[in-house]
Amino acid sequence: MYIIVIGGGKVGYYLGKALLDQGHEVLIVEKEAAKSEAIRNEFGSACIRGDGCEVSTLTEIGTGRADMFIAVTGDDEDNLVSCQIARRKFNVPRTMARTNNPRNEIIFKKMGIDVTINGTNIIMEYIEQEVPTHQLTHLLNIRDKGLEIVEVKVPPRSPVIGKMIKELSLPPDSIISLIIRKQDKPLVPVPETTLQAEDQIIAVTKPENEGALRTTLRGT
Amino acid sequence: MKIIILGCGRSGARLAGLLDIEGHKVTILDIDAYSFRRLPADFAGTALVGNGIDEDALKKAGIQEADAFIALTQGDNRNIMSCQIAKHIFNVPKVVCRIYDPLRRELFSSLGIEALSPTTVFAQMCKEKIER
Repeated sequence: MYIIVIGGGKVGYYLGKALLDQGHEVLIVEKEAAKSEAIRNEFGSACIRGDGCEVSTLTEIGTGRADMFIAVTGDDEDNLVSCQIARRKFNVPRTMARTNNPRNEIIFKKMGIDVTINGTNIIMEYIEQEVPTHQLTHLLNIRDKGLEIVEVKVPPRSPVIGKMIKELSLPPDSIISLIIRKQDKPLVPVPETTLQAEDQIIAVTKPENEGALRTTLRGT
Repeated sequence: MKIIILGCGRSGARLAGLLDIEGHKVTILDIDAYSFRRLPADFAGTALVGNGIDEDALKKAGIQEADAFIALTQGDNRNIMSCQIAKHIFNVPKVVCRIYDPLRRELFSSLGIEALSPTTVFAQMCKEKIER
């Protein structure tokens, strides 16, 4: 794949390196002379000095044939704009952008950026998984489908203990897909599976039904 | 009208003064309080320190009730992004964006942002002066 990386800072550098190692054709675009020079010394022609938000630069590097366009500069506005140019002007099939402000994910999505990666949110997700007091943990978003995979632990006094899955009134589009039981192997639930306290439930749901799912399974 | 101006440079400060005299309710936003020295001494509007691509700062500036939003910072991308937030998240009815780069202006105009390029306009004016 031909992958263009905008921004030759730490993220861009290590990302470029990893992608090159995987055998991709990579081009890092870096505005600052010193930085681009340093990367060129190591990667040779896999880096050019230029502004990744300028149409002329993007034309010159053949953005039209890029399979993927990744903007990882330290500035959200630059990442947003360069990805939009890549997508709208050069029809790059897949655009990815890094954001610093978690709130900016909304505008990035609205503007048609395929994937946004937010460092703060990633760290927050890890904290959620590590801190057991969280009542519902996000494991994965299934993009395009508007679904997510979450984990809920059945607390000792939950109303669902002793009930079969078919007896539960789960919110719409919510499926219990896996149960991990203490000391037991993970089990794929059937409608007759009876829930126990401390069960770790992996479920698919919609973000808007997450609260209802949590209430059903935890009683609070 | 309730108008928000982003960027208190020469253009922003001047526009704020003009709109203020005409009786509009103007709020001007800049990341640097020192920029507000450019505002006219009798400016009756609000000057706020804040980042124009931060939703919270924009809310504080009253973007939810704004009739118009104009982005005049030095950065084309910052202007574009703040205008897209104003238009697509806060549904501000009138949004105007300064984009120095003529090619970028062309592209984002076609994406629905009302944009002006001082570069294009000024070069044309200079050309006319010389030819006249």
